[in-house]
Amino acid sequence: MKDQKSKPLTIDRASLLIDVRRELDVPARRLFGKRILTLGGLAMLTGCSLSDDKSVETFLSRVSRFNDTVQGWLFDPNKLAPTYTEAEITRPFPFNAFYDVDEAPVVNGADFRLQVGGLVRDNRRWALPELYALPQAEQITRHICVEGWSAIGRWGGTPFSEFLKRVGADTTAKYVGFRCADDYYESIDMATALHPQTLLAFTYDGQQLPPKYGYPMKLRMPTKLGYKNPKHIMEIFVTNTYPGGYWVDQGYNWFGGS
Amino acid sequence: MSTLQQDTSGMSHGRKVVQPLWIRASHWLNAVAVILMMLSGWRIYDASPVFRGFVIPSGWTLGGWLGGALQWHFAAMWLLVFNFLFYLAMNVATGRLWARFFPLSPLSIVRDLVAALRGRLSHADLSHYNAVQKFAYLFAIVDIAVLILSGLAIWKSVQFPLLRELFGGYDFARVVHFCAMALLAGFVVVHVVMVALVPRSLLLMIRGR
Repeated sequence: MKDQKSKPLTIDRASLLIDVRRELDVPARRLFGKRILTLGGLAMLTGCSLSDDKSVETFLSRVSRFNDTVQGWLFDPNKLAPTYTEAEITRPFPFNAFYDVDEAPVVNGADFRLQVGGLVRDNRRWALPELYALPQAEQITRHICVEGWSAIGRWGGTPFSEFLKRVGADTTAKYVGFRCADDYYESIDMATALHPQTLLAFTYDGQQLPPKYGYPMKLRMPTKLGYKNPKHIMEIFVTNTYPGGYWVDQGYNWFGGS
Repeated sequence: MSTLQQDTSGMSHGRKVVQPLWIRASHWLNAVAVILMMLSGWRIYDASPVFRGFVIPSGWTLGGWLGGALQWHFAAMWLLVFNFLFYLAMNVATGRLWARFFPLSPLSIVRDLVAALRGRLSHADLSHYNAVQKFAYLFAIVDIAVLILSGLAIWKSVQFPLLRELFGGYDFARVVHFCAMALLAGFVVVHVVMVALVPRSLLLMIRGR
């Protein structure tokens, strides 16, 4: 080996001492190395349990709010989500909520009135036939759940930007909030509210929206994850005060954009 | 006669800094990022398994629940991405990438792999990578790039349509993301086993020589 060949013939005591000392050091270091190789050792080194610590939680929520801002920058108001053909629709379309399908709220459409509030010019209540009379649009798009799965569905309704225009919403405001019949609540950024594919949906697959999919209406946004799409909407309001959301207040990311 | 100096040059791998500070720093930051991304990613995976019937024991995961795991995942991703970009940029800027990883031929990989499996591959000189090491480290670099890009395709499937199509659509991007993770996990296991077999390499990555 190269080392041996180049070793000097005369023994230099000083350098030998350095080498010996280093070699003696190694076993202790090796042991230390073995210890920090384990995950448990890594956790011990940080001096705190990784997920229960309050300061860690605060830090993670802050990063999540920072990610909201980044997603706001990344969001292109003109970029459309892909659309699909009728044959590609997922059947049956999965039901998903924080309760079972037979616990979905039953709303009486006859005396239903949609409340509109906050930074709007006209806050009169809307009956369903009035909403059905608004310009209608339809889309076959992919619903992406925060859990990872996705399903393609067909929704019909009025473009939400059209509705906001009708109620004279202040579109320079930051948020649009929703309160729902199942005690769900949610809020979205104004840019997404005005996106051409954001639909105040009244139908699913050509039929009146069934209770399990959010009768009398849901907000359908193919640019956001499933939990951002509120069902059984009772009230819509425009605000500059951050309203949060049912899952968001428990830790899901607020922007939740795709 | 300066025997001390002669000795120093002879023991070049023992004294000279083989792994500069920036390499060591980015290596350990990457290790932390990869561990956090994997543990939290496994929890996210379990919320809706890509492969039916294959779930990861929740004891091996980070975050406590889906929301917590997502917070970890989307926080650690910044560390992973920026550290990765720093590592790549420094490797290119300093010329280390070409100096240490190339030339690399498929034949040399096979030759060194056979030698390694027969226990005949020398680990005496840690200042040079053997062909298997070169391949393994380059593989890890490419694999992390695939992980980042497929992750971006999943996270922002509407905003990055080209990336989404490159990975075969939203659903298939998840398959790619998972497989790239599994390959990186395989790399980590082999890497740690090799470090255990050649403990000096751990010292090298801590103190640089």
